[in-house]
Amino acid sequence: MRYLFLLILVTCVCCKNTQKPEVALTAPIENPVGDALEVYDFEEFESLLHKKDNYTYVINFWATWCAPCIKELPHFEQLNAQYADKNVKVILVSLDFPNQYDFRLKPYISSNGIKSKVVALNDPDSNSWIPKVDKNWTGAIPATLIYNDQKRTFYEQSFDYDQLQTAVKPFLK
Amino acid sequence: MKKTSQLILTLAFILMCFGVSNAQKGYNIGDVATDFKLENVDGKMLSMADYPDAEGFIIIFTCNTCPYAVAYEDRIIALDKTFADKGYPVIAIMPNNPEIKPGDSMKAMKARAKAKGFTFPYLMDEGQKIYPQYGASKTPEVYVLEKTNKGGVVKYMGAIDDNYQDEQAVNKRYVEDAVNALLDGTEVPEQKTRAIGCSIKA
Repeated sequence: MRYLFLLILVTCVCCKNTQKPEVALTAPIENPVGDALEVYDFEEFESLLHKKDNYTYVINFWATWCAPCIKELPHFEQLNAQYADKNVKVILVSLDFPNQYDFRLKPYISSNGIKSKVVALNDPDSNSWIPKVDKNWTGAIPATLIYNDQKRTFYEQSFDYDQLQTAVKPFLK
Repeated sequence: MKKTSQLILTLAFILMCFGVSNAQKGYNIGDVATDFKLENVDGKMLSMADYPDAEGFIIIFTCNTCPYAVAYEDRIIALDKTFADKGYPVIAIMPNNPEIKPGDSMKAMKARAKAKGFTFPYLMDEGQKIYPQYGASKTPEVYVLEKTNKGGVVKYMGAIDDNYQDEQAVNKRYVEDAVNALLDGTEVPEQKTRAIGCSIKA
């Protein structure tokens, strides 16, 4: 009986997601660059959420104007580097506005030397595709999906590196 | 006897947990939404109760600093101009903690409201007590309420329309369609929608 009570207590505490991400607007960066950027609508993008190969995919939804996204981005970069030999691939999905690609997104990627794959998702009808990423996603960013051919977990929260490693470990084969 | 009391305690705890998690998720369609008494950019306190003639409300959680919210400012003004006279005024509420986001301070809100010529109240969710009750998670996020004798009943929740980037390319005007349906006394066509937005910072 006592254990049941404890179990319920733990479950209730775990269910409460108290981490609140945030975004802020920063001044535009000037210096447009002409680097190629992969831009997809959701239909084109969707296959990246359902790859059935030997890899674990860490799909992070972010934008350059989203302060907590920028804060956690180095952790995803670190994960991509340190877990590459464990078949982990990070994909950074930018939700920047298209008119910001040249002025903010591309300069951000090059000046920070981002090594993870970056794609831009440009599909304004987000009500149609948010539930296809995860049925519980409210649409707030940052948000992260981790999946492989056997399971998937969605997080509407910010990560530090330890939390990210803990989240990825159950996926490693 | 001891077992019985443990069982009762456990059941009480389960109920409490469900209560807590429901409160965190906020309102659903059909729930009665709480009224509020919040400071407007004109310095006065404002409640839904201050609108005796309204038939309902378009409550919009929005802010100065989120690019998605900014992209919708003109459309929020247009909603108020269209529907305030028909009994559905817009009330905008800024839910962020201005200590963390100085760009959303009352001073900045006043400046924004003046610069854009907001035709509707723009209230500060002082102490961040209101948005969690509604269950808002991001800006912009809309709740259309229909006034009944029980209070404002949630009839629509979600996005303003289906294209934040380009108003000309909008196909579905969710809020407009919802309010028009309520004015016509018909079913709201789409009661819940989702959109990308900026997480509310507590």
